[in-house]
Parts: sequence; C-alpha cells; structure tokens
Amino acid sequence: MRAGTATQGPAIGGGNGGAGAAKKKMNGYVGFSNYPNQQHRRSIKRGFNFTLMVVGESGLGKSTLINTLFESRVYPPKDGDDSSPRSGAQVAMPAGVDITSVSADIVENGVKLRLSVVDTPGFGDAVNNDEAWRPILENIESRFDAYLAQENRVNRSKIVDNRVNVLLYFIKPTGHGLRAMDIEFMKHLHTRVNLVPVIARADTLTPREVEQFKAKILADINFHGIHIFKPVSDHFDDPETISDNKAIASKIPFAVVGSEQYVVRPDGTRVRGRQYPWGVIEVENENHNDFVALRQMLLRTHMEELRDETDVSLYESYRTQKLLALGHVQDNSVFREFNPRRQQEEEERLHAAKMHKLEAEMSAVFKQKVHEKEGKLKQSEEELHSRHQTMKTTLEKQRRDLEEKKSRLTQSDAPHPVAATGSYVEPAQRMASKDKKKNRFF
Amino acid sequence: MTAPEVQDYVGFDTITQQMERKFLKRGFNLNVILVGESGMGKSTLVNSIFSTHLVDSQGRRTAQEVIRKTTEILPVTQTLDENGVRVRLTIIDTPGFGDQCNNEGCWVQVIKYIKDQHAAYLERELKPQRDRIINDTRVHACLYFLNPGSRGLRPLDVEVLKRLTEVTNVIPVIAKSDSMTLDERTLFKRRVKEEMAFHRISVYPYASEDDDDEDRMLNASIRELVPFAVVGSEETIDVDDKPVRGRRHGWGVINIFDESHCDFVHLRNFMLRTHLSDLVEVTAQRHYEQFRTSQLRQIKELRAQQAAAAAAAAGGSGSSQPPVAPLPHQPMTQA
Repeated sequence: MRAGTATQGPAIGGGNGGAGAAKKKMNGYVGFSNYPNQQHRRSIKRGFNFTLMVVGESGLGKSTLINTLFESRVYPPKDGDDSSPRSGAQVAMPAGVDITSVSADIVENGVKLRLSVVDTPGFGDAVNNDEAWRPILENIESRFDAYLAQENRVNRSKIVDNRVNVLLYFIKPTGHGLRAMDIEFMKHLHTRVNLVPVIARADTLTPREVEQFKAKILADINFHGIHIFKPVSDHFDDPETISDNKAIASKIPFAVVGSEQYVVRPDGTRVRGRQYPWGVIEVENENHNDFVALRQMLLRTHMEELRDETDVSLYESYRTQKLLALGHVQDNSVFREFNPRRQQEEEERLHAAKMHKLEAEMSAVFKQKVHEKEGKLKQSEEELHSRHQTMKTTLEKQRRDLEEKKSRLTQSDAPHPVAATGSYVEPAQRMASKDKKKNRFF
Repeated sequence: MTAPEVQDYVGFDTITQQMERKFLKRGFNLNVILVGESGMGKSTLVNSIFSTHLVDSQGRRTAQEVIRKTTEILPVTQTLDENGVRVRLTIIDTPGFGDQCNNEGCWVQVIKYIKDQHAAYLERELKPQRDRIINDTRVHACLYFLNPGSRGLRPLDVEVLKRLTEVTNVIPVIAKSDSMTLDERTLFKRRVKEEMAFHRISVYPYASEDDDDEDRMLNASIRELVPFAVVGSEETIDVDDKPVRGRRHGWGVINIFDESHCDFVHLRNFMLRTHLSDLVEVTAQRHYEQFRTSQLRQIKELRAQQAAAAAAAAGGSGSSQPPVAPLPHQPMTQA
C-alpha cells in the first residue's frame, strides 16, 4: 500500500521514481523483496539463450578453446586422423569467410541453456583480407533484423532470440601489438557486438612478454577508439563483487590456452593441459594463463550482463539507426502521461485555438475581398470619370464648333430679317434674293 | 679408370691449406634475407644464430606508429670474426611484408631485390675490365618464416614460396615453435612437405648428381627436419646455476640448444657448420646461372628483334652493326 505522495509531476511514478516520489520506511516485513526469486524461478523454467561468435585466423585454437570452455566436444577435431597422403594438400582454404553455427542444449543444476556457437572459418586466411570483416558484420546485423521483424509481428508470444551476445576475437601472439586486419575488424564491429579480445596460444609468451603485449594491445585499442566489453561495477554490488570485477577487468585482453587433452602433473593429478618437453602448462591454473578469468567472466558472472548489453544497448542503437534510415519520424507526444482532466483541457485549448485560427482566417479573407472590391470600384470610378471627361470635351468642342459656325454665319450676312414667323431664312432663298438684286442691273 | 698410385710424397695435398690461407686473408660474403610477417621472430632468430645482436626488431612499438603500407628492404652489413675467419655478413630484413589487410604483391619488392643483386653481379662480370674479386651481394639464403599452428601452408605462403624458390635458396623455418607440442610439430612438418610437393616448391637443399653417399645422407636428414621448428632467444637465464640461452615460462624453461626442445642446433649447424659454402656455391652455380642464361637470351632476342626491325626499315641495306643493347637491370622479367 503506497503512502500518499504530494508531487507536482506525474502522479503515477514512472521510470525514475526518485524524481518526485518521497522515500518511506516500512514498519514491518512486507515481502516484495522476494520478487527477484520469483523471477529467477520463471527464468529457469523458460531457459536461456546465449550466442557466442568466435573470429580469428585458422590455427589460433578457436575450436579447442570452445571445447575447453564448455567441457564438451562442440567442435570435432580438424585434422590428424583423416589425412591420407594427398588429402592434406588438396584441401583448399575456404575462399572467403564462411559462417557456420552449432547449437546445443545443455542443462546444469536444472538451468537449461541453449548455447549457440558461431564459427567463421576462412577469416584472415586469404592473401587479400580487405573485406574479411564484412560477412561477419552482415551476419550479426541480419540477426538483429530477424529479431526486429519478430518484434513487429502481430503475434509476439514466441520470439526466438539468436542475436550474437559476445564475440571472441583471437589475436595472434606476435608480441608487437595489433595487426592491420585486427584493427580493421574491431573498428567495424565494436558498435554492433560485445567485443572480447583474446590472446590466442599464449603458451608461446613469457609472463613479461604477456604484460607488454597486453599493454600494447590496449594502447592500440584506445588509440583507435575501439570499444571493448569490460565488466563494470555499480553501487548495488557488494565489495567482493567489485574487487572480483576489478581483477577480471585488469586481465583484459585474456591470454589463454585451450586443451582437450589431459596431462599428468608431477604430483600425479590429471588436469587438462599441454605437454611440452620442457614442462606442462595447465589450462585451469591461473598462474599459467587467463583461461579461468575468461570462463568466469563469460559464463559465471557476466553472461546476463552480456545479454542485457546486447538487448538494451547494441540492438536498440541498431534499431534506431535502421528505422530512422527507413524514414520513420520520432513523435515524442506518445511518451507523455495520460491524465483525463489534462487531456480535456488540452483538447479545449486545441479547439479554441483552432476556432481562433479559423476566425482569423475568415476575417483575413473578408478583408482581402473588401480590399479587392474597393479596388475594382475605384478603378471603374476612374474609368467613368475619364469617360465623362472625354465626353465633356467632345461636347465642348462640338459646342464651340457650332458657336463658331453661328458667329460666322451671322457675320457674313446683313442683318438678316428674321422672319416674323421666326423661321430661319434658308441660304438658298438668300441666294435667290441676291440674284434678284443682280438681275435688276441688267 | 683407376687412379695411379703416387710413390713418394709429392705435396700437392697442401693445396687445401693454401686455399684456406688465401680464404682467410680474403674473407667472404654471406647475405641472408629474412621473409616473414611482423612478429614471427625473425630478428630474434638471426641474432640467436649468430650469437650477436645484429638486427633490431622492426615491429611497431607504440600505437601512434603507422602500420607500413609496403614491404621495405633493409640490409644491414656487419663484419664478424671467428678464429681469423672474417665474414661480411649482410642481413636483409623485410619489414611490412604480409602486414596489411590486402597482401597482394607484397613479395614484389623482395623478388626485385634478389634479382637486382644477380643483375649487379652480371653487369660487373660482363664489363671488359672487371675487378679481380667482385663484391658478392647476391642473396645466398632466404629464411622463410612459417606461421605456427596453421594447417600447413597458407595461400600467401604458397604464392611467395613459388616465386622465392626460383631465385634463391629458401630455408623454411618456424621461429616461434614453442606453442606447438612435439606431436603437433611432426604433423605440421608432414603437412608442409606434402603441400610443397603438391605445389612443386623445391627448397634447399637440392639433390644433385655430384653428391656422394655422405652428402646424400646428410641432405636426407636435413630434409627430414624441414621446416625447422626453432625457438630463438637473446636472453641467458639460469637453470640449476648454469647459464642457458632460452626462455623462462611459469611452468618450464626452454633451452634453445637442447635438441629435444627444438631444432635450433640443427638449423645452426646446417646453415653455418656444414652447408655454408654450399649455400654460396649453389647460389652462384644454380640461381645465378639461371638468371644469367635468361638475361643473355633476352638480350639476344632483343638484339635480333632490333636487327630485324632495322633491316626492314633500312630496306636491305645490310645493317652489319647490330645496335648495342644496354644490359637491362630488371628488363622484361616479372617479379
């Protein structure tokens, strides 16, 4: 039963309850601390998925290390028994990089693990290895795509997760730092997968050489801005875990040796190791190599961290990039809390705003129309005026003409008796009278 | 035909001592080229064989150093003296070989260098007035470094070895063989020999008809060991209060002079104590002669072509003087 909270923000405490929720102390044992156990039981029933990818040149002991890690023959032995005199020479190196996958369901203490190991034979074995990283990147991204497609299905009850959780990259024990191919590969892959670099066949390096080599590798990794997986501790962990994590992190990159064979120690015990004329190297001896630390990190302490990182960080960033590239637009309004009153107020506001806008629009339209009409009227007025003017001038002109004519006429003729009847004397008649005058003289 | 018995002691058997004395005065040249990726152990091995710090490792020391984009040729000459015998030793390192993502053509510089040395010698030989003793810069031996742990030869190895074995004596070695158990070494050597036979790559020592039984047995035992699985070291460590040249691991100490640990002793004896003069001779008699033959033939062809062209152009005016073609340094030969 939650104690009342007086908050300004969302009433339902969302992701960060500390942002407004007050901390309260309880007076008795309530029991919700049993939640992780309930989850634990459910997860065990469901079982886990873990996908591990191994990448490296041939001959670096990848298959042997996998077999050693999981204490079972995940990969069959590559050579030795089957070679007849000619077959060895005729087996050509695979052209290009192949991607092969082996899956196994293993059970330990009731916990079911579906383990998949993805091998990449042919990586780095050709003369030209410029594009050796590309098939591997494409495989990882296609697994992300498959998961994305499943997430977008209508029925999502059964999602199969075969995304790569960790990639073990095998480094040749040259002692000289990373090679060009290593750097190329890591730069292309480190944003898509948890990278765990591993120094292969470490039995060829003395302890001092191992230290120097690790330092050079880390310097190269930092110089090129490559991001590798490191166990980190947060404030939830107890001091023992924190110190364990520090110890493991200090050994990265792990210098490992793998072996499926057993050797006999001087004291008579049988352990997994390799027998040399000058001594025996034990796989599980922490003074001899870092196999134990690698196994600890991969299987016993950080398996969930690796899966989580894959799901939350790597997959999400891939998804974001992909969807943005496809043209989706981020709409942040869906993230706000749902509050009915607020919603209503919001809607009202929106409505009012809409109305206001319409009004403004209409008045603007009206104004515009009025303006237009005024303009038109003005124009026609001016037109009329000008016509009027022209007509006036024409009339004026006509009048002047007529006036002139009249004045002319009155000038040329003697005072003309204007008939009492007031009729106008016809010019013809006038002419006739003139002629009469003329005729008298004859 | 049986050789007649000599009755009294004549004394011509002292010619070996006379030759030796002359040899001591003159000294001789030894040129060895190292071909292999960075980090294979080339510098350490050479320094171990000659028990002197002759060459520095050319590996990248810091992250800021750029990875070489091409193969460089780095000859270093030093004079060593042992019991009055002087050797002018030239070690030619090839930093950058095989270090890039795309290694197409990374062998071109190496082959070119070797052929250049042959060509220089030929040129001096052909001069009308030549030195009494021509300074021999021809490459007498090539140590080719194989990758331990691979399943036999890699595609790059096959490409390079095919070309290298045509111009010089190639001795394949695995320099960092301390990561392979004895069984793995045997398997690897068998695979490598099979693949070399398949690709028709012939490495030194070669079989020849002049060999007597002793030579043949020696060569057969050498061929068994090829490629030599060695471990190099410039450090001396204490084992049971005895100084030993080797490497100290947490679980054991490698003594490079111990024959049960690695083939270092065999390689050194083979290169220096038994086959040293043979290396020089075979270079002169086989590789140099091959080069010379092909060069002279090409010159002849070139001259014939030019003569034919001149004759055709001049329209039968009988050009009795063929144009003198300059000796091509690296003519139409391809790497």
